[in-house]
Amino acid sequence: MTYDAGHYDVIVIGGGHAGCEAAYAAAHRGAKTLMLTLNLDMLAFMPCNPSIGGPAKGVVVREIDALGGLMGKVIDKTYIQMRMLNTGKGPAVRALRAQADKPLYIQEMKSILENERNLTLRQAMVERLIVEDGVCKGVITETKAAYYADSVVITTGTFMRGRVIIGDLSYESGPNNQRASVKLSEHLEELGFELVRFKTGTPPRVNSHTIDYSKTEIQPGDDNPRHFSYETTEAILDQIPCWLTYTNEFTHKVIDENLNLSAMYSGMIKGTGPRYCPSIEDKVVRFNDKPRHQIFLEPEGRNTEEIYVQGLSTSMPEYVQREMLRTIPGLENSEIMRAGYAIEYDSVVPTQLWPTLELKAIPGLFTAGQINGTSGYEEAAGQGLMAGINAASRAMGRESFILDRSQAYIGVMIDDLVTKGTNEPYRLLTSRAEYRLLLRHDNADIRLTEIGYNIGMISEERYKLFAEKKLLIEKEQERLADVMLKPTEEVQKVIENSGGTALKEAIRALELLKRPEIKYEMIEQLTPAEQELPWDVKEQVEIQIKYQGYIAKSNQQVERMLKMENKIIPENIDYDDISGIATEAKEKFKKVRPLSVGQASRISGVNPSDVSILLVYIEQGRIARVSNE
Amino acid sequence: MDIDTITAISTPIGEGAIAIVRLSGQEAVPISNRLFQGVDLTKVNSHTIHYGKIIDPITNEVAEEVMVNVMRGPRTFTREDVVEINCHGGIASVNRLLELVLAEGARLAEPGEFTKRAFLNGRIDLSQAEAVMDLIRAKTDKAMNVALKQMDGRLSKLIQKLRQELLETVAHVEVNIDYPEYDDVEEMTHDMLIKKTNEVYHEIEKLLQMAKQGKILREGLSTAIIGRPNVGKSSLLNALVHENKAIVTDIPGTTRDVIEEYVNIRGIPLRLVDTAGIRETEDIVERIGVEKSRQVLKEADLILLVLNFGDELTEEDVNLFKVVEGLDIIVIVNKTDLEQKIDIDRIKKFANGRPVITTALIEEIGIDELEQAIANTFFAGELDAGDLTYVSNVRHIQLLKQALQSLTDAMSGIEDGMPIDLVQIDITRTWELLGEIIGDTVQESLIDQLFSQFCLGK
Repeated sequence: MTYDAGHYDVIVIGGGHAGCEAAYAAAHRGAKTLMLTLNLDMLAFMPCNPSIGGPAKGVVVREIDALGGLMGKVIDKTYIQMRMLNTGKGPAVRALRAQADKPLYIQEMKSILENERNLTLRQAMVERLIVEDGVCKGVITETKAAYYADSVVITTGTFMRGRVIIGDLSYESGPNNQRASVKLSEHLEELGFELVRFKTGTPPRVNSHTIDYSKTEIQPGDDNPRHFSYETTEAILDQIPCWLTYTNEFTHKVIDENLNLSAMYSGMIKGTGPRYCPSIEDKVVRFNDKPRHQIFLEPEGRNTEEIYVQGLSTSMPEYVQREMLRTIPGLENSEIMRAGYAIEYDSVVPTQLWPTLELKAIPGLFTAGQINGTSGYEEAAGQGLMAGINAASRAMGRESFILDRSQAYIGVMIDDLVTKGTNEPYRLLTSRAEYRLLLRHDNADIRLTEIGYNIGMISEERYKLFAEKKLLIEKEQERLADVMLKPTEEVQKVIENSGGTALKEAIRALELLKRPEIKYEMIEQLTPAEQELPWDVKEQVEIQIKYQGYIAKSNQQVERMLKMENKIIPENIDYDDISGIATEAKEKFKKVRPLSVGQASRISGVNPSDVSILLVYIEQGRIARVSNE
Repeated sequence: MDIDTITAISTPIGEGAIAIVRLSGQEAVPISNRLFQGVDLTKVNSHTIHYGKIIDPITNEVAEEVMVNVMRGPRTFTREDVVEINCHGGIASVNRLLELVLAEGARLAEPGEFTKRAFLNGRIDLSQAEAVMDLIRAKTDKAMNVALKQMDGRLSKLIQKLRQELLETVAHVEVNIDYPEYDDVEEMTHDMLIKKTNEVYHEIEKLLQMAKQGKILREGLSTAIIGRPNVGKSSLLNALVHENKAIVTDIPGTTRDVIEEYVNIRGIPLRLVDTAGIRETEDIVERIGVEKSRQVLKEADLILLVLNFGDELTEEDVNLFKVVEGLDIIVIVNKTDLEQKIDIDRIKKFANGRPVITTALIEEIGIDELEQAIANTFFAGELDAGDLTYVSNVRHIQLLKQALQSLTDAMSGIEDGMPIDLVQIDITRTWELLGEIIGDTVQESLIDQLFSQFCLGK
């Protein structure tokens, strides 16, 4: 017997990075929202590395922030170190990465969620969904509480039938010895969903007091830290460094000798692991010519002595882990606080989702985060935000919200997942984005703030500030297009100092700025703006002018893509009715049910001729309708 | 509805007196008009036909004499604006025309694409729909198969090799971006990148060069013989014809019944052309002036300029040198049996690095050297027709040219000091274009490459 525990617009199951964003977004848009999670002390917990951001992922955090989400704001308040990566490269690939204070991150996130109107937090284990007439209507917990809602978002991460493996030890568990969620996974299978088994792993943590840092290299943060959130104004100045050390032939020998004990190699692990996050045993086996591998020692927080040994992810028995660690300079006497482990879990094959992250088979049911086959906090948070927004849309009768591949890394990720699926835990890489020059770290606000505002995620005040910034950028570009710089002594000197070739005749300031060696500050020196511009305005002006040619090229590609994206496939299309499409393509179409011809063309195993035929068929339908009228 | 303007040769290749290049799309009329010398095609009435000339916009030379049909949508086959350019039959002229149209921005139509557009634009009724779909299926697959089969096995291997090199380069750049802190991976530098792109650039350039050679092998090297009266032009012709058993063909059906004579010089079919009466009109420069003669002569692949060893260099000779400036020529100083009056050094100066051969054609002296010079000019002296990897498919050539262009963009980006991750956009594009040639553009292979080439991860 169950009891009626209440009615909501949106229920979010899970309180990890996806769940927090989903619950916040739904509530913030005005939906009455309930979050059910196994352990309220573990909201937005980081079970793996203590860092947020990096290439591609960092841009996602900026995008989340531009859309009104939380991750950027929370990490900006709780980082112990901030670094801008790829500063020597182009603007498209610059990436911010923070080392997080794990316990503080949890506290900060919890406090924001607790204070969000419309959001109720409750500790509970969900076992079943309430599905009536094929539509999801709510959830039932193990304590027999039945909660009803228009939309349910599942964000259970690696908890579904989670199994932790250390050497030959294996037990049912979520990450960090939390309870696994078994019944929900079985229930999803009952409902007919296709699940797949994935694996990931984490390295041991050691006690900082037992590390000899003098044998390692210091890795400090930036002196002038940049931030993820466009709302952050204050920097944290007392940053804590990380440390770099290396494995060596002795480490590799220990691994070689004990390879048969590694769960990865003994056959204990059945799930597919990510190639970009291999275990140390994998690295040693696959690249056995490498004499050493990097190991980063990363503090897990300000007020803890636990150090995360990045680079040493492993499923070796605990005593082998200890032996391995002690071959590494600086770690000779290290004491393990938590052993590394591999974890296997169920995830939902993501091609079962619409691009809104709603499941095709059961309206009202959404999934987001690691349950969709991704890996990484940022990937989870990005999906959580989108699922939360769409769950609220459904409950409130608003339009659904999809980002395309030219708008955001979040759009690239979700399109990849729902169109192509994934056969390993999916991680965002800059190389997955064909328009990455448009999807920069620096312009996330320009791409998305307006959208965030329109869906009720961005405040009036912030939108106003954004609009002012945008105007300043445009005005300054116009001004530089008008100003002529004559080859005066002053001008030539500035050019000469930067190592450029002298002017022969007068040149527009905008043209001069296009030269690779010229920076905006030099232009500013020669022809100052009426008022001193904020640094982020200057940055935008410089990037947009300097890389105009490449940006224009990317924009052309986007236009071509959008042409196909705008050819909408009717919802009721019957692929069996189309003669001429190859059987393989037909099966793929039926499974993925692409929304547009553009999406159809990205499905792997679909040939251009199949797409042509699909196009013809759709037009035929259109003609048929016209001639019937 | 489609923005692209498409084009194709819509008459059977190599048959018939007239060939037609058809264009369909918004830009059909403007593109044709940019190439057309005659009335302004953008202003003419629909469904009218116009006589004029096709001008190569780069060289400003006349490429073809044509009749152009302008038909505005929707009263056309595709319901879009359609232009049909009628030119002389024969592979060379129609291919040239097609290349010019492509260079002006039209895209080569896929098989069945005109029909597809006709259908999409509602030109064909519903009952025909299924047939059209079958047609697209059959044509696209077949065309792909045919194109692949046509392609020399070595060519496809070479392209795969180039793609692999590019892919490794791109993966290297990507790794630097996605894993900036991993010191296992060397940082890709501009120097490394320029070296890689250069290598691939030269390979593609070589392929295109060989495509030109392939064309010569199929169609013959059009050759003109020029010179003042009585320097030995007829002897030269006779010598070549006599030595090599000329095949005299009469190709009927073209508007001007051209007599073309083929001789085989060391495996190169020489087509001694006389379309403009160059060979028979001895005083061409005097008759039509330097500029005009130049335009006429540009149509030839090779010009044999004959001088008299026994005369001093005349003003006429000097004029001839002006006419052929920058063209492929071989200078033949004939009649070495006479007393030397000509200044060979001065000739060499005029020849500007191009070969100068001395002959006594009547005595059959120097013919070997001449033949060798002809072979050298086009095949760097190593002609082995059986061993050439050449690209013959227009689509492939077009893609190779585009690939070369995007590599050029990449290289100028490197020179301008653009960040490597931007330069890489053009390199990736090159990789995709080469992939289109062999029908493989799967993006996933980059990510696979990334993880097999480098040891990554935390």
